[in-house]
Amino acid sequence: MRRLLAAGLLLASQLLPAAGVVHEYQLDNGLKLIVKEDHRAPVVISQVWYKVGASYEHDGITGVSHVLEHMMFKGTDAHPAGQFSRIISENGGSENAFTSKDYTAYFQKLEKSRLPISFELEADRMRNLNLQDEEFQKEIKVVMEERRLRTEDKPTALTYEQFGATAFISSSVRIPTIGWMNDLENMQLDDLQRWYERWYAPNNAIVVVVGDVEPDEVFKLAKKYFVSLKPEVIMPPKPRIEPPQKGRRDITVRAPAEVPYTIMGYKAPVLATAGERWEPYALEVLANIMDGGDSSRFTRDLVRGSQVASSAGAGYDLYDRQAGLFLLDGTPAGSHSVAELQEALFRQVRQLQDEPVTEAELSRVKTTVVANAVYELDSAFYQAMKIGQLEAVGLDWRLADEYVERINAVTAAQVQAVAKKYLVEEALTVARLDPLPMETGRQPSANSSGGAHGH
Amino acid sequence: MVTSITKSLQGLTAAVLLSWLFVVPAASAMPAIQHWVTDNGVRVYFVAAPELPMVNINVTFAAGSARDDGHAGLANMTSTLLDMGAAGLSADEIASRAESLGAELATGSARDMAWITLRSLSDAAYLQPALKLLADVINRPDFNEKDFARERERTLVAIRRSEQSPATVAEYTFFSSVYGDHPYAPRPGGTIESVSALQLDRIKAFYKRYYVANNAVFSIIGDLDRKAAGQLVEQVIAQLPAGKRAAALQSVPVLTKAQEQRVYHPSTQTHVRMGAPGMHRGDPDYFALYVGNHVLGGGGLVSRLFEEVREKRGLSYSVNSYFSPMEQNGPYLFSLQTRNDQLDESLLVMRETLQDFVEKGPTKKELIASKKNITGGFPLRIASNSSILDYLTVIGFYDLPLDYLEVFNDRVMAVTRQQIIDAFQRRVSPDTMATIIVGGDS
Repeated sequence: MRRLLAAGLLLASQLLPAAGVVHEYQLDNGLKLIVKEDHRAPVVISQVWYKVGASYEHDGITGVSHVLEHMMFKGTDAHPAGQFSRIISENGGSENAFTSKDYTAYFQKLEKSRLPISFELEADRMRNLNLQDEEFQKEIKVVMEERRLRTEDKPTALTYEQFGATAFISSSVRIPTIGWMNDLENMQLDDLQRWYERWYAPNNAIVVVVGDVEPDEVFKLAKKYFVSLKPEVIMPPKPRIEPPQKGRRDITVRAPAEVPYTIMGYKAPVLATAGERWEPYALEVLANIMDGGDSSRFTRDLVRGSQVASSAGAGYDLYDRQAGLFLLDGTPAGSHSVAELQEALFRQVRQLQDEPVTEAELSRVKTTVVANAVYELDSAFYQAMKIGQLEAVGLDWRLADEYVERINAVTAAQVQAVAKKYLVEEALTVARLDPLPMETGRQPSANSSGGAHGH
Repeated sequence: MVTSITKSLQGLTAAVLLSWLFVVPAASAMPAIQHWVTDNGVRVYFVAAPELPMVNINVTFAAGSARDDGHAGLANMTSTLLDMGAAGLSADEIASRAESLGAELATGSARDMAWITLRSLSDAAYLQPALKLLADVINRPDFNEKDFARERERTLVAIRRSEQSPATVAEYTFFSSVYGDHPYAPRPGGTIESVSALQLDRIKAFYKRYYVANNAVFSIIGDLDRKAAGQLVEQVIAQLPAGKRAAALQSVPVLTKAQEQRVYHPSTQTHVRMGAPGMHRGDPDYFALYVGNHVLGGGGLVSRLFEEVREKRGLSYSVNSYFSPMEQNGPYLFSLQTRNDQLDESLLVMRETLQDFVEKGPTKKELIASKKNITGGFPLRIASNSSILDYLTVIGFYDLPLDYLEVFNDRVMAVTRQQIIDAFQRRVSPDTMATIIVGGDS
């Protein structure tokens, strides 16, 4: 094991720096441009990241960042509704956009010579979006359908949403990215207009380009298309720091479902908020010890060992903008209850607090991290994602390169220390999905009968 | 609208416009596929990719659920158990060894095929022990009673969980309705009844029959040369008995009349799946149908269905149509989901859009736009090792010509409007489709 780990470290230091050089530029209007070379294929990934998302929102307008993301495809004076997508499509591109708690991002994947097309169109909609009520009335319906699809009709997603809003009382981490249905129903075009004017400006955006490109040429191109855009005075969102939790919180969600489910979360710091820099990395290792593949403790002990779980997982994101949660979740195996599964998960936590993890486990996590750093280079899109995510939450993209080194520095004692410090009942929120009957049953079909198949 | 697109393009640089003339990527960008057959009959497809220090492997067998033969879930359970104990190693030991090497070892199955994949660093200190694990899982699975009992229970929970999803219920109902007695009809994961009735002896017999060299395709891409690839393949599958290739599946009967099936689900949306058997891999109408459908419902954010259902009326978040070519005719499937009380309107719009397309085909401009998207986007589809591995698997498994990728763009460009109209009129019949409607009360 030690031999392999040593080889892994060697491999990392030899290969990763050579994987692609990153160049950083800034335009006079504040726009940041980050270019990473990847010459394996004649393609380019272009992403525009805005520092705005659900965690910037407040009650009454939840979901506005995401609705605005939809409306960004609805045209400017120069490129009316639908034209953006048609131009990208005719250029062989694929494109889309995504919104999260901390950012809103737009991307195109193109053959490398088509990058100017992406820049021209993105620069145009960065400041010149033409928000019209007719388009808005249709698009808000689409977003409500999206909410039904993603949340209303998914019992586990519904449970997660209520869980998040229980774990946090004041912090905007509690806001679901898709928005509460009632806020969507009452959203006004003016809400979007103000949100757009407030956040969509070059000095609140990061352009990330990864691909078979020449960085200085990309910078020239960026200047050509983006430099004339006027910056805004960006007022950062208020901190809204969550008051300390004073005891365990429990909720039940009753919804039509076939299978019970539980999700639990402990308040935990992230890189941006941690006093001790090693702590988030130790939490990351802890999550991997619990649930980092088929040999992790949850699968080994709970799914295959005691068989109390049909599935069980752990999750932690060290790159969020605000302090969040260290998550545990799972579905009990057929003959077990949610309470038994929860107790088994707590026992796992206690064990990690009482005894240091083994060297073999630590070594497995570290080797996996090194290998993943190589595998990630197979996706230009993922490389761009990592840079954009870090920059959008105000962290430095160089942290991505430090990741392997930082994880490798984590000790068994540090993993135990963060388990003891953060996985405490005072900071715990627990949700359970309590299935209601589905009342399934096929009604007679309208006009189908036997013998409909012929040759 | 189209005029203004042209106008906007004129604003772009001359270099960009010039590149329009050469949409077909240079031959040098094309992965060079090497193909050979091992002594025991495994068909191998290899691409050297020295840029990253890693190797991706996919070993595929014609051992999907279409071979279940009345025991739905058999192929899936066989595949699931491969890495749950092999060569005397327990599931814990296999997982722990693989992950200690940074290797990703996985098994899976669908209707036509079952596969075992490995991604490993190419450094011999990692690759060699990872290959040993891969070989054990393929050649010497233990099929222990204890692992079988546990995985059967987990599969039953997964089946019950799938009943929570109206989309999944709609898809299963669609297959059962469209495929009737054909082996594509049953759920690949099985039902509560069929999985409860599975026997380990049958699983072992299934493994013995289908996990054989003549029924296998071995795809590799990574940082190694042809000689090393040859050794690698032998190391993994030399022990595999030759056996016999699985017989061709029976052809799929066409639907002769429309059918509609409604399933109650306590959801706020109604999910619609509409369609019929479509086409198979290597189908003579493949390119006409593929390009035609790109215009109708396959072009992502730009298609007639997207425009009519979502952009004009806001009825659905996702709406699309696609052909899934399989060994025999896979489905031509139309999907949308909408608030329960908007079902009738959505269905009407989707059907009218299809009807109109089958009657009149794409416009010249639509056809040009779709061809530009497909051919212009070609470099993106072969930009990563994992995507090339997928192409190798498809080419190998379905006996497609080795120059499939090289001629792909030419084939797309050669499709005419008339060919699309002709192919759709012969192959797509809106009057004899199955419509599955899963949702709650409006």
